[in-house]
Amino acid sequence: MTTQVRTEPITVNLGPQHPSTHGVFRMRVTFDGEEIIDVEPIFGYLHRGSEKLAEERTYVQVVTLTDRMDYVGSMLNNQAYMLAVEKLAGVEPAPRGVWLRMIASELQRIASHLVAVGFLIQDLGAWGTPLIYTMREREKILDLFEMLCGARITNSYLRPGGVFMDAPEEFWPAMNEVLDELPPRIDDLDDLLTDNDIIFSRTKGVSVLTPEQMLDASITGPMLRAAGVDWDLRHRDPYDYYDQVTFERPLHTAGDNFARYWVRVQEMRESIKIIRQCEKLIEPGSVRPEHDDVPWLLRPPVGDAYAAIEHSKGELGFYLVSDGSISPYRCHVRAPSLINLTLLRDMLVGELLADMFVSFGSVDINMGEVDR
Amino acid sequence: MIGLGLLKAMRVTLRNALKAPFTIQYPDRKVGIVGAAKEEGKSPIGLVATQPVTAAKAAMSMYSVPVNIPQNRRFRGNEFTWYEDRCTGCASCAKYCPLGIIEIVTSPGGFDVQEGESYAIDVFDIDIGRCMFCGLCVEACPYDALHMGSNFERSKYERDALVIPVDELRQALKQPSSWFRPQFEERDYDPFRDGAEDDHYKVGRHEKPSDETLDERWVEER
Ligand code: SF4
Ligand code: SF4
Repeated sequence: MTTQVRTEPITVNLGPQHPSTHGVFRMRVTFDGEEIIDVEPIFGYLHRGSEKLAEERTYVQVVTLTDRMDYVGSMLNNQAYMLAVEKLAGVEPAPRGVWLRMIASELQRIASHLVAVGFLIQDLGAWGTPLIYTMREREKILDLFEMLCGARITNSYLRPGGVFMDAPEEFWPAMNEVLDELPPRIDDLDDLLTDNDIIFSRTKGVSVLTPEQMLDASITGPMLRAAGVDWDLRHRDPYDYYDQVTFERPLHTAGDNFARYWVRVQEMRESIKIIRQCEKLIEPGSVRPEHDDVPWLLRPPVGDAYAAIEHSKGELGFYLVSDGSISPYRCHVRAPSLINLTLLRDMLVGELLADMFVSFGSVDINMGEVDR
Repeated sequence: MIGLGLLKAMRVTLRNALKAPFTIQYPDRKVGIVGAAKEEGKSPIGLVATQPVTAAKAAMSMYSVPVNIPQNRRFRGNEFTWYEDRCTGCASCAKYCPLGIIEIVTSPGGFDVQEGESYAIDVFDIDIGRCMFCGLCVEACPYDALHMGSNFERSKYERDALVIPVDELRQALKQPSSWFRPQFEERDYDPFRDGAEDDHYKVGRHEKPSDETLDERWVEER
């Protein structure tokens, strides 16, 4: 016969400055013993008004703001913004520039997934070491970015219609070296996690989300693919030259924390494949349109445009409205981090305290993008 | 089988544990007697004989040498390289900066290689305390007068000291980064390898106009 112990619910404030929140995020959590019975997410601590700032800057200057939204996926942010500008202004991009930005954004996707996977292990309690394994690989990719554009995080590499400057010749051998080194490292991650009983018992069946729930909340990205929904914008609505490359879309059916991690690791392998294909298909030529076609002070015709890409976190879209002047009349960002957070309560209620940050981390959010 | 996965994971950890660390000591690292002797330009025995105190320090791991890690040549460092002789004072850079942190004051007079007689630059202050090193000002400069620098060790104790005044720009060590300057990459210039580039004729993409052209242009247009 089991005895019932009566416990008082207790409400705890976690964050905004808590070592294990992924950024300045605050949760007001009510526990019954170890079990979570209510969660209230509170955000806005990192709000910098990027959308408003964009309204008083020229179209090229706004690139610098997009870098700072999701700062572990700057190249991808650049790409989404540039697609929106190109659509708005009717710019015909230069092919070599497009290939280069595809390579850059796939490299960034690997780097971003590495961070996500590393922090997942960190949240599980393996403090430091496995995170450093992933950071070590990410560091090599950031070095490549430094070669391309002189900065590691705040890239500002892309310009309307292409990239600002061609890749230096030392970039290609360096990139090949990194790509050769990566697959064994990803296998290591697989060995470390995929068959590991501790990881299994901690992540399988935790925070399960069904495809219906996620589609209702318009969740995108690896989270959705972890529940078996084959939705990848690179495949469904190919932007840039993604229709010319072939790649698999790794799917898992469980929709739990383990599936989300697994999908990300497999996607890294696909990104490597895409980069290899881009490298074969890229041809010499100009990397950005002529100055006469795309002047620095771009004045798109009156109208609006929305362009979206498959960011490492989900669908990242930029909605721009032009009034014919040199700066956007309105710039709205559809931030995957923010929208993927909407189901946080459903994910956490009923789970245990120890799994809280694992589930939170498995969403792979970035506060810079949530609050903008 | 339960436990097999754990062993696999442990193998990965073990393999990584046996590797040399990939982290880098910065800004300096400790060296022993051999390293210290190399730094002082002596043989280890010579060091012990001539500088016993230094040798003793090194033996006790108290001697450190600075670490210099070359960045890539496009690196956008937190200082600027500015060639006054090339600058016309057109203020494109100031206008193009997303934050508006470049202050330029000019007066008639002065000389530059592009336009001949032009404006003298009285103030050219860059408030790098607010700068985000995006490099858009460098991209905007039509005369290749402003370049990103390649130094990054420029921390200061006060915010005011972060403003680079024009005199400092004039005297600064000129190590331009090749960010948006393809001419450097064409002639394989690397600021970290080749050091300073003081010749303002060599840093631009533009031909130097001959003195006659300059005279003619100036006379005609005046
Ligand atoms: S690097 Fe960017 S922020 Fe800094 S002065 Fe130049 S344009 Fe302005
Ligand atoms: S640095 Fe270049 S852009 Fe700035 S005022 Fe001088 S010439 Fe003009």
